[in-house]
Amino acid sequence: MLDSTDKPLVSVRDLKMHFPIYAGLLRRRVGEVKAVDGVSFDVMEGETLGLVGESGCGKSTCGRAVLRLYDITSGQIKIDGREIGSTPQAALRSMRPTMQMVFQDPQASLNPRMTVENIIKEPLDEHTTLSDAEKREKVGELMDAVGLNRKFAKRYPHAFSGGQRQRIGIARALALNPKFIVCDEPIAALDVSIQAQVVNLLEDLQEQFGLTYLFISHDLSMVRHIATRVAVMYLGKVVELAPREGLYADPLHPYTKALLSAVPEPDPSLARKSERIILKGDVPSPSNPPEGCNFCTRCPSVMDICKRVEPDYREVQPGRFTACHLYNETNDTAEATAGPEAKQSVNKEKTQ
Amino acid sequence: MPDGAMPVLDVRDLKTVFRTRGGEVHAVNDVSFSLKAGELLGVVGESGSGKSVTMMSLLGLLPSPPADVRHGTVTFEGQDLLHVSPETLRSVRGGKIGFVFQDPMTSLNPVYPVGFQIMEPLRKHMGLNKREATVRAQELLELVGIPDAKRRLDDYPHQFSGGMRQRVMIAIALACDPKVLIADEPTTALDVTIQAQILELMKELRDKLGMAVIWITHDLGVIAGIADRVMVMYAGQVVEHAPVHELFSHPQHPYTRALLKTIPTITGKRAARLTIIEGQPPIMTSPPNACPFRDRCDVAFDRCARENPPRYDLGDGHDAACFYDARTGGPRDA
Repeated sequence: MLDSTDKPLVSVRDLKMHFPIYAGLLRRRVGEVKAVDGVSFDVMEGETLGLVGESGCGKSTCGRAVLRLYDITSGQIKIDGREIGSTPQAALRSMRPTMQMVFQDPQASLNPRMTVENIIKEPLDEHTTLSDAEKREKVGELMDAVGLNRKFAKRYPHAFSGGQRQRIGIARALALNPKFIVCDEPIAALDVSIQAQVVNLLEDLQEQFGLTYLFISHDLSMVRHIATRVAVMYLGKVVELAPREGLYADPLHPYTKALLSAVPEPDPSLARKSERIILKGDVPSPSNPPEGCNFCTRCPSVMDICKRVEPDYREVQPGRFTACHLYNETNDTAEATAGPEAKQSVNKEKTQ
Repeated sequence: MPDGAMPVLDVRDLKTVFRTRGGEVHAVNDVSFSLKAGELLGVVGESGSGKSVTMMSLLGLLPSPPADVRHGTVTFEGQDLLHVSPETLRSVRGGKIGFVFQDPMTSLNPVYPVGFQIMEPLRKHMGLNKREATVRAQELLELVGIPDAKRRLDDYPHQFSGGMRQRVMIAIALACDPKVLIADEPTTALDVTIQAQILELMKELRDKLGMAVIWITHDLGVIAGIADRVMVMYAGQVVEHAPVHELFSHPQHPYTRALLKTIPTITGKRAARLTIIEGQPPIMTSPPNACPFRDRCDVAFDRCARENPPRYDLGDGHDAACFYDARTGGPRDA
């Protein structure tokens, strides 16, 4: 893996993406789905930032919003030194080669009526002035890079397996030598033995071309493998962001703890021994999030303050960010301890 | 687990073929297994390995044509389910054998309230009247942990979240006190935190009701946490079958070993690079007369291309269909 530097390539500040809800005879605006509600993070050059969370938490919307596939509600997005948060879509076109996307479902994201060659060539047609021969050569190189046989260039997507289709999607994303690629659940639709192939390919390409990834996934074990740092989202907000080792060894936010403990462990003796934190209930609706902390309805260490005041998202340890009242003020005592102790110390302070 | 107990369900040499325009597809090839009361059998395999088709074959759920259950026996309560009348089979399905499907959205009827759908098997199979069935349906919803059960009986599937819908599916499957519950990837469409809820629920219900469960999944992590025995399928065949601890600590078939290596974990040492299984699963258009895994296998030798290995008994309820003996590191005797 390329050594990641401390220079952010992508910098997102207070990103909000609200989708309006219209209802009634006059299609009046009655509310909004706060899919992404104030998210801030940096992606350093050459690193892979993992973005994890359950379905509906807004992680895909966040990935798409960062690439400005939506017109965002508010916030700043800086990619490679350029602010694109409020750039009109037409002006964004010239920026597109730097930032690309690999989609979740390779079946749906490849045009079934185009040959593989045409699919990979399309970005070249759109953004470069290469001659046909040069384009064909480039397509050949890309197919080599992602491990597809050049002979299959004239075939259609249906003739390929799921893993191969995902390789086609990756080749298309690479065509314009991007710096930053958003991978939106690139392996979710693949079988386990094929997932490993695609993940290894993504890592090889990162090293070869010096790519920076935002890797969106719900598979925590795969993210542990590929990501340098990991951001955990819950109901439109990042609740914790930390370097990989720290997050998996010592999660701070109660939601991260529960999420990690829910991952099935492929080892029967471990799986039966470890105590699971079973969260009660379901994720609240993003159109009507609870008052205070978004997680307060399911949190095992919930306190009074959580139901009233929304916790700040702040750096509680060097390089580790979280949004939780357990780590407020009592920073020194609550630091790195599990929920109950931290909760007690907070309670103590309150009674004093 | 009661050892040596009579199996509640016994499947021998089940073979299912699909007739397609491109020729026959051999989806299930001589699959045999048995299930004891109160036992949880995990079935693992990639998509297309025949896990779901096996279970659907034995309940006669596959449309024919194109499906054709060629041969085999499925013994359940002294009857061969492959050779009983459709009426008898219908009384078994949803009655003594419950089925939970993968996708709770497509397997619940969107135009009927869930209460009606839970009451349907109760009235059909157990002959309860409407009032009795309502009471029982409410009990079932409470059993699977849906709060405010009485009121929610009148709700429609779209008013429930994914995890809740899957609970409703389980409630329907449990309605008639089944002896066997077949769960086909019941948690695949769900998030990990909801999956953890459902897994806990299943373990609890299994202990409480004493039914046997067949749990189909592609997630070895889920299997490790819940199963008593595991059956690994590849290309329509059972390639390895063992008690769960044995399978994870001493996998014998090269496919199982490779599969266990490909999955990253959230604990333990992080591998610098994931191990991969090269190649693709075979296209099963010809009858299996060679080992289906040989092209992707790292220990394959000439015999693997000539014969399809039988399931060798390795003792202690462990068997593997491979000519290579991982214990001695050499070929097995003929």
